[in-house]
Amino acid sequence: MTKIKTVKADPRDVLTGEHYLDGNHASAEGGIAAGCKFFGGYPITPSTEIAERISQRFPKVGGIFIQMEDEMASMNAILGASWGGVKSMTCTSGPGFSLMMENFGLGIMLETPCVLVNVQRGGPSTGLPTLPGQADMMQARWGSHGDYEVIALCPDSPQESFELTIHAFNLSERYRIPVFVMTDECVGHMTEKVVIPGAEEIDLVPRRYTDKSPEEYWPYIPEKDLVPLMPPVGKGYKFHITGLTHDYRGYPVINAEVQEKCVRRLMDKIIKNAKDIIWIEEKDIEGAEVVLLSYGITSRVVQPAIEKAKKEGIKVGQIRLVTVWPFPEERVRELASKIGAYVMVEMNYGQVYYEVERCAAGKCKTVLVPHAGGTVHNPEDVYVAIKEAVK
Amino acid sequence: MSTVEIVEVRGKVEKEHPMEKLLRMDRIPHIWCPTCGIGTAVKAFATALEQLEIDYNNVAVVSGIGCTGRVAGYMKLDSFHTTHGRAVPFAVGLAIAKPKMKVVVFSGDGDLISIGGNHFIHTARRNVDITVICVNNFIYAMTGGQVAPTTPILANSSTTPYGTFEYPFNLPLLAASSGAVYVARWTALHVRRLTNAFAEALQKRGFSFVEVIAPCSTLYARRNKLGDGLNLMKFYHDNSIIKHGADPREVDIGFQEKIVVGKFVDIEKPTYLDCLNDGYKRVFGDAYKVYGEEDE
Repeated sequence: MTKIKTVKADPRDVLTGEHYLDGNHASAEGGIAAGCKFFGGYPITPSTEIAERISQRFPKVGGIFIQMEDEMASMNAILGASWGGVKSMTCTSGPGFSLMMENFGLGIMLETPCVLVNVQRGGPSTGLPTLPGQADMMQARWGSHGDYEVIALCPDSPQESFELTIHAFNLSERYRIPVFVMTDECVGHMTEKVVIPGAEEIDLVPRRYTDKSPEEYWPYIPEKDLVPLMPPVGKGYKFHITGLTHDYRGYPVINAEVQEKCVRRLMDKIIKNAKDIIWIEEKDIEGAEVVLLSYGITSRVVQPAIEKAKKEGIKVGQIRLVTVWPFPEERVRELASKIGAYVMVEMNYGQVYYEVERCAAGKCKTVLVPHAGGTVHNPEDVYVAIKEAVK
Repeated sequence: MSTVEIVEVRGKVEKEHPMEKLLRMDRIPHIWCPTCGIGTAVKAFATALEQLEIDYNNVAVVSGIGCTGRVAGYMKLDSFHTTHGRAVPFAVGLAIAKPKMKVVVFSGDGDLISIGGNHFIHTARRNVDITVICVNNFIYAMTGGQVAPTTPILANSSTTPYGTFEYPFNLPLLAASSGAVYVARWTALHVRRLTNAFAEALQKRGFSFVEVIAPCSTLYARRNKLGDGLNLMKFYHDNSIIKHGADPREVDIGFQEKIVVGKFVDIEKPTYLDCLNDGYKRVFGDAYKVYGEEDE
């Protein structure tokens, strides 16, 4: 495995202390603590507090906040800034997420580190601007055209919104990829205690620049971990990068052979490093007859149902997906032959559920507890589903 | 010209292109058609860089999609070939991240003004310190000659096969009214003046804009029976009117009508970052650290 150097956060960027923050403000603080110095965004409920917080804080930490003319511009501006050597992020929700998909794809193709926070609301279309949903999970996975792999993190609290935004920056620099923080209206607007540690406790992955000279450098020759090192802009590398299918030089080549190489590596750099990226929290898995899967706010909502089922003697295990993408398919596949059922609880009509069903491959029952969004699940519905699953 | 001279000239060309240090020679031959005006614009741009004697390391080219979108791929500079219409916002991010870099957007009329129109006007409004070069060939050429927001009324395109009946944009007016500090238009025939305009635009602080009227003999001229490249050059020669300082409201381009060229706007105005820094200095006083002043 390629050894990745880390540096400590800059104390000037870290608001060390105990705070009472909502998830959106915590996310903004996470970005700032991670050293983000460029934010291009467009207002959209329920994500706007991230942009507002950044616009208030950036002049004091040497960052530039710019409210762009739309979400396509926002996504492109953060890509441009990232190539300019500055850590960058944006935030959005539903309709804006759709608009960002085009150039999220450019970020994937150019291999550009940056972070996109999606505070999910109910859809489709304008849907429920002020109410929660988790129905953009598959859009996060497949929303831009073409084949690629993504990384998506799902915080379940303001504290985690802070921490996972930092983690998202680290993963984006580590793997040269735009990373999603897929939160939701509940987490975004819920106010809780957020402990921001000292800068010396925050490890950051700095930009992975090449140490080659301009004469020997090409932008897409990968390291052992399949991630190519970036060139610094303005230093004579005179590199070219393109959204077209390209070879190791970054030059467009329009044929099947180069396409296979180009796309294959974009996917493999995530697939082959998936073990290092995947982050799941397991509880009571040993001897469980049913394992409940959830992510984001839903992981908290299901707790009363699990308690109730346990009191009745049902052995319920839990997997909380901190990273939904890449999906922990190996683990879900392995457990399927040891348990009676999976219960997937998510605020949509079945998205990550299909991954669970695919990996279970008929070896155990799979039960979905769907919800169209607008409010969180009623724990009673989850309890009923657990009972149903062990029947 | 005698045969001997031709051989000599060819020998020279094969040796070294005069702009070799600014071109990716490993990518030549380029994809542009014979008599296309984009190559002329690229040569003029490279000449302007050479004349200015600026550090080439400090110049970046950003392009969108289309024939002119390929410019980034041929310039031996830090170069970015982005998505359709999005070169300008990409350049905005880059220019803010690298305030001392000359960031140049080189793209076509369809890319910059149709799908990228909103980005264009807002970036001019903010006066972000970039130079935008728009090669206007009146048509979507890469996709086969469809109507563009610049296609003159009555002109034929593959999606207006009976003629274009909608009003086109007047690009200098659009740029000027949106806030550009420098606006010029030349044709691919006016190589020396175009080169000077690029040099001037590159030296401006703020949003500078140069429109290059360029022949597309493969699609626009063929569909409209305007002849070949030489005919188009002759048309520019006979129909261009140089009018510096012309009111941008009066420089519309009609189908095969006179083309007003020249420098229309050249003003001084604080840039986006100037305004931001000044504003924050007023609010925060000495506590504010001016953005972009540090040496990297």
